[in-house]
Amino acid sequence: MPSSATSGITVPKSEGWVARRFRDFDFGGLALKALRITLFYAALIGLWQLLFELHIWKPYLLPGPKDVWDSLRQYIDNGLLEKAIRASMQHLLIGYGISIFLGVAVGMLCGTNKYVDETVGSLVLGLQSMPSVCWLPLALIWFGLNDKAIIFVVFMGSFCAIAISARAGVQAIPPLYRRAAATMGSSRFQSVRYVLLPAMVPSMAQGLKLGWSFAWRSLMAAELLFGGKVSLGQLLETGRGNIHMSLVVAIMLVIMAIGVAVDRVFFARMEGWVQERWGTRAQLNR
Amino acid sequence: MALETYEKRAQAAQQTASPASAVEGATAGGELLVLRNIRRHFQTKRHDTLALDNVSLSISEGEFVCLVGPSGCGKSTLLNIVAGLDHPDEGEALFDGRPITKPGRERIVVFQEPALYPWLNVRANVELGLKIAGRKKSERKQLADRYISLVNLRRFEKAYVHELSGGMKQRAQLARALAVEPRMLLMDEPFAALDAQTRDVLQQELQEITARMRTTVLFVTHNVREAVILSDRVVVMTPAPGKLKSNIPVALARPRGPDSHAVVDLAARVRSELQHDIYAAQAKEDAYAI
Repeated sequence: MPSSATSGITVPKSEGWVARRFRDFDFGGLALKALRITLFYAALIGLWQLLFELHIWKPYLLPGPKDVWDSLRQYIDNGLLEKAIRASMQHLLIGYGISIFLGVAVGMLCGTNKYVDETVGSLVLGLQSMPSVCWLPLALIWFGLNDKAIIFVVFMGSFCAIAISARAGVQAIPPLYRRAAATMGSSRFQSVRYVLLPAMVPSMAQGLKLGWSFAWRSLMAAELLFGGKVSLGQLLETGRGNIHMSLVVAIMLVIMAIGVAVDRVFFARMEGWVQERWGTRAQLNR
Repeated sequence: MALETYEKRAQAAQQTASPASAVEGATAGGELLVLRNIRRHFQTKRHDTLALDNVSLSISEGEFVCLVGPSGCGKSTLLNIVAGLDHPDEGEALFDGRPITKPGRERIVVFQEPALYPWLNVRANVELGLKIAGRKKSERKQLADRYISLVNLRRFEKAYVHELSGGMKQRAQLARALAVEPRMLLMDEPFAALDAQTRDVLQQELQEITARMRTTVLFVTHNVREAVILSDRVVVMTPAPGKLKSNIPVALARPRGPDSHAVVDLAARVRSELQHDIYAAQAKEDAYAI
């Protein structure tokens, strides 16, 4: 510790990370930004209400914001919305989960074995070019009129994107990583577990996000087409059937909100963590 | 304490030092590594290179051997064969009497580029080798502690790879290699990419560590002075085709500084040995070109 008494220089007391976080945080700027965004949406809703009250179109074609809000409240209160979100999330997570598991496995095989790549790899690329909802007729015949058919469509929607990114991810691993693992005497399983899988994470982060958005789109298409249990897509279909457009718009807003929330909260954090941990951000700054 | 060992080793080296003659003949006693008539050739579309032609070399337990030669003389190929990362077309590679068939942690490699995993911090990188070796958690912690301290990285054990300097990365790689307690350390130009000052420091540290631990080392470099500072024996290689040319024992007292007269003199001798061949190879190439 340099003697501050003699030099007359006072060394500032080191501050904790919380204090630093607060000091660096631009509260004023953030408040302004929030204000701008709020004003934009308030104006949008105001315009909507105004146009609605001018009766340019027939009210059942597009209801006003007030009706939409009422429908939303009604479906929150009667518990149907929650039930629908639960059912849709269940379809999505099961289908997406299976995609991650099989997609990473198939992608890694394609990325490491020439023969698998030539055969299965080309098939995956082909399937990727087809919208997954095309599988619904077949899935309904195979699995019957139940959730499994929807889960299958979700799986087919995200599987290819994840497999393709896993293939690219495994091929992008520097050969040195494998050589280092080999010289440490690692078995095949250990190389995959300790080196290949973690080394793939940065490229997988992109693939998982892409897979998620494909899964989300496939889910809505499948739920909308196929009746059955209460789900988000099904509520849209119910609204159309009953010419209850305020319900349709309310559900559309819920679907948008879920999509934004998952993207902003989950995937943005994941990307931040990956950049931090794998040093991809530091490398970019260099 | 360290000094005492240096002197003992220097004496031992002096006693066993024989004139630079038979390349094969190492010191008497346990020969850890035996290479006999190794031949390795690489074929690509345009070139057909004989990387190693009839190479024989023995290294005994506890010996520090440097392979010196210009780039393309096959020294890295030779190291890879010992590591089990490459295989000879002809000849025999025996480690402790058994043929080398695959890589293994008893012959661990320290690579030129820092082969550390960026998603792990220094400590986790060092512990990974032990994890692969199936060591228990308590043992892993203890060994990692010891070797991280040995390479003076205690303060940086929580740092991630992208936060380390080049020298620190190589220290971490060395700690990871030493932690699994290999019987032989294979170092493939580990200091080549470092700045001169860092290289000097790491050379001194490596001298001290290997003397203290009596590790057997095969060290590949194109830096003649580095070879003389570090090794008990310098093996000079010549290119096209890759051959062992001479075998120069280094019986200087340790620790050896980079500018001590003895080191500089011997380095000059090794260099003249090398230069002769580089000119010869160049002449051959020129003749070919004409």
